[in-house]
Amino acid sequence: MITIYVPQDSTSLSLGANRVAEKISAEAKKRNIEINLKRNGSRGLFWLEPMLEVEVNKKRIAYGPVMPEDVEGLFDAEFFLGKTHQKSLGVTEEIAWLKNQERLTFKRVGITEPLSVEDYEKYDGFSGLRKAINLKPQEIVNAVTESGLRGRGGAAFPTGIKWQTVLDTKADQKYIVCNADEGDSGTFSDRMIMENDPFVLIEGMIIAGLGVGANHGYIYLRSEYPHALKILNEAIKILEGKNFLGENILGSGKSFYLEVRRAAGAYICGEETSLLESLEGKRGLVRYKPPLPAIEGLFGKPTVVNNVISLATIPIILSKGSKYYADFGVGRSKGTLPIQLAGNLKNTGLIEKAFGITLTELLYDFGGGSASGKKIKAAQVGGPLGAFVPESQFDVPLDYERYAELNAVVGHGGIVAFDEDTNMADMARYSFEFCTIESCGKCTPCRIGSTRGVEVIDKIKAKTDVEKNTILLKSLCDTMVNGSLCAMGGMTPFPVMSALKYFPADFGVETENIDI
Amino acid sequence: MEEKIQKHIDLFKEKPGGLLPLMHAIQDDIGYIPKDYYELIGKSFSLSVAEVHGFVSFYHHFRTNPSGKHIIQICKAESCQAMGVNKLIDHIKSSLEIDFHETSKDKMFTLEPVYCLGNCACSPAMMIDDEVYGRIDNDKFDQIIKEWK
Repeated sequence: MITIYVPQDSTSLSLGANRVAEKISAEAKKRNIEINLKRNGSRGLFWLEPMLEVEVNKKRIAYGPVMPEDVEGLFDAEFFLGKTHQKSLGVTEEIAWLKNQERLTFKRVGITEPLSVEDYEKYDGFSGLRKAINLKPQEIVNAVTESGLRGRGGAAFPTGIKWQTVLDTKADQKYIVCNADEGDSGTFSDRMIMENDPFVLIEGMIIAGLGVGANHGYIYLRSEYPHALKILNEAIKILEGKNFLGENILGSGKSFYLEVRRAAGAYICGEETSLLESLEGKRGLVRYKPPLPAIEGLFGKPTVVNNVISLATIPIILSKGSKYYADFGVGRSKGTLPIQLAGNLKNTGLIEKAFGITLTELLYDFGGGSASGKKIKAAQVGGPLGAFVPESQFDVPLDYERYAELNAVVGHGGIVAFDEDTNMADMARYSFEFCTIESCGKCTPCRIGSTRGVEVIDKIKAKTDVEKNTILLKSLCDTMVNGSLCAMGGMTPFPVMSALKYFPADFGVETENIDI
Repeated sequence: MEEKIQKHIDLFKEKPGGLLPLMHAIQDDIGYIPKDYYELIGKSFSLSVAEVHGFVSFYHHFRTNPSGKHIIQICKAESCQAMGVNKLIDHIKSSLEIDFHETSKDKMFTLEPVYCLGNCACSPAMMIDDEVYGRIDNDKFDQIIKEWK
């Protein structure tokens, strides 16, 4: 039997994967060729999607990007036997983009059918959980601490320390909350995990529950991801049916109940305390810290709040051991980071690499340079609150500490490239504008500062008292950085100040007169 | 209408943090959250009308007026900007003859900005109801809109 794979994640669907799948089925029927059409996840080579694969002699051969109108020609060329065609990409695993990665968290993504437990277990699924069931809670937490895993949502706080605090806090009820409010623009790794390998996230959450003594979990999922919502809900149902979720998991005597809650389009709810407020059914206003959510979190109970990638990385740490994971990476940035390449690039998609790779390698070797063919002017790293990194810094290794030295952030690993036609003053203005739309309004520097920021940049661009207003802009940014309650107001100045510092000409600011 | 809303309230009032899923259920069912029922909702959650209003108005996803038959969300975030979404938005606004948050005359489409659909690798991106589209340009937009009409 011939097996053909057509991906079914949102990005592939957004490029017409369903129409390609339909066309393949119809064409096979017409030609009396028996095929087994599988809908796998995407491998994350998004410039080649819809990318279909055929299994020949236990190897997968890829073709892409395939449009419905290519399907007839593919059949004529007998692609189902792995024969060549204009759209041939060769053996999937040998494509440089994939071959040069270190896929740990994403090891199954694109290979398996997202909702097949059989596929999941065939590629080591649940081996972490099966180990964890026989460990003491402290041993589970130790494994996470020793792996050096830091919060992949952006804040990079050591996951093990968070878990230890929850484990050490005595309470009648504890919670595991998965932050799946992936609002940072330029990021999609959470979505890819949820759509393409949902069981790994759930397995990670169950292990977290066993580790800290929590029997209830919530996935707080952004409303912009309807496809992920559907898949997660189906995945939970499947695992409940197989006793991986619910009462007395696999006869361990431990229980874990899991529920998906849909967010409602507020960016700020990706901030952990705002997220908890929202889950409690309130406006998503940021909370003061302390108390830490690990001590008083959801409904006042000790709560682990972790990002999707952090939780989805737990199973491999338990299954292969903390040392295996910690051996990847550099310095205090241990392990791998799922990097998302987006914006003005020829090749875009997901790259999981050990920390330490540079933007030069990412933007040119993987990304193939700009899509427009023009010079890349800057890359914004780490979402809308991340700095614009200029070309002069493209060789700095991607590592939490090295980026902090640049006043930049690695964040959630999203990288958006801009070509030389981009006006960085416009981008800086947009950063403030975004903050006016998404600020929760609780603290003054963020609520008022963002609006004043838009006005000041408009004045500078209109050449009104440029020197005076540039000094004012710097002072405003300083107030926001030091006076805001959370990262929204506290980091909006990062893109703004980096744009001003490295591209003053775009603002019409002459650096001889003003110290920036 | 009151009966419908009461039915949803009954499903969620005992649930911890039930106000958020309740509002989704109401909007999914009716298409928006009618302000006239804030008092009814508030009663079951021990909230004032002002508090219910405060909740609904905080979240961009919730609307308090009927929308067009389909909702078009176009991404305005950085990656889509890097790929020229601002020009595409001008085209969309002029071809539908509406601005953001408005509904076309034929009541077919409501246009909303969105800040990232997670389809950044294929910018510019948009979503119509629950369908995501990538690498949109003016022609592709016109063609997609025809299919939805």
